[in-house]
Amino acid sequence: MFQKFMQIISLWALPAILILILTMGLFKKVPLYETFTDGAKDGFKVAINIIPYLVAIIVGISMFRASGIIEMISNFCSPVLSHFNVPADTIPVMLVRPLSGSAALGVFSDIAHNLGPDAYATKLAAVMIGSSETTFYVLAVYFGAVGISKLRYALIVGLLADAISILAAIAVCNLMF
Amino acid sequence: MNYIFYFLIVVSIIAGAINGRLDAVVNSILSGAELSVKVAFSLIGIMAFWLGMMKIADKCGLITIIAKLIKPITKKLFDEVPENSPAIGDIAMSFSANAFGLTNAATPIGIKAMEELQKHNKDKNSASNAMCMFLAMNTAGFQLIPATVIAVLISIGYKNPTEIIAPTLLVTSIAFLSAIILAKIFQNFWQPQQSTSPLEKQKSDGGKNSVN
Repeated sequence: MFQKFMQIISLWALPAILILILTMGLFKKVPLYETFTDGAKDGFKVAINIIPYLVAIIVGISMFRASGIIEMISNFCSPVLSHFNVPADTIPVMLVRPLSGSAALGVFSDIAHNLGPDAYATKLAAVMIGSSETTFYVLAVYFGAVGISKLRYALIVGLLADAISILAAIAVCNLMF
Repeated sequence: MNYIFYFLIVVSIIAGAINGRLDAVVNSILSGAELSVKVAFSLIGIMAFWLGMMKIADKCGLITIIAKLIKPITKKLFDEVPENSPAIGDIAMSFSANAFGLTNAATPIGIKAMEELQKHNKDKNSASNAMCMFLAMNTAGFQLIPATVIAVLISIGYKNPTEIIAPTLLVTSIAFLSAIILAKIFQNFWQPQQSTSPLEKQKSDGGKNSVN
């Protein structure tokens, strides 16, 4: 029921926003076509502006992932985490999630296909992936777009929130599944 | 950012050497650089589309209306941004797009919100409190339905993939609220931004340092 309702909203949210914006623009006698193209001009500029920031972050993260350090940390942590009913397979998910969205989804698909739908690790990984965002990518894109290089506490807060989300996922999954 | 950049690259090289994967680390420089340009280029079209739409929304006053509607909440979260700034409306729209899983729309609108926040920023090189708050809200990744995760679960024959929604929603809400609270806490004890514009500096010094 909730799922059906949410699907309808997800499907209609975008079309509804477009109809709302255009209808209100027409009603307020805004020159729609000129205004649209005028605003769209900046699209190229913004996308080009973020390239240096993206290169710095994405190259750094690609190197980090290729170095095998994530496996090292996983191996190091797994005896401790298994005490708290956290399967070793899910540790890479936690470590990769803030770094790369597509990589995290890849790790999750891997777990799901290898361990199957009934495994606790599959469920825990699903909740972890679904409840968090790629912190480093968001930072690079959003701060890159406006040329900010001093992050102040933004990254710390982002990573702390990721840690809380992991702990919450472990706690909630332990209770529910 | 300097330390993070140094850490990511130097630690990767050392760890790569220990693991005997130095060649993979070096190759990943090229693939990473390529990927960044691909990501940026893939943003151009959708970015242009939403920036165009948002300009219409801005001109017809829709953004201001949204900003006014959510004023009670945003006044507390973004206390340094003027109440009727388009930034507030943009933040609200970007947040809703994220919540409904419209990532394609959320990123361009979020970037536009950042640009609006930059207008109110005292030091154009460093992140303002409002920017950190907006980033905190975004990195927590609040989403009502984890669509991609459900798609993967369906593909492996998961019997009841919707049972994942409730725990995910609970966890993401906890993360989202803690991100906001953390941003507020850090805002209070982190060193405040130094103003770069001479005009602002005069104002904050009470005009004492007029020759500066």
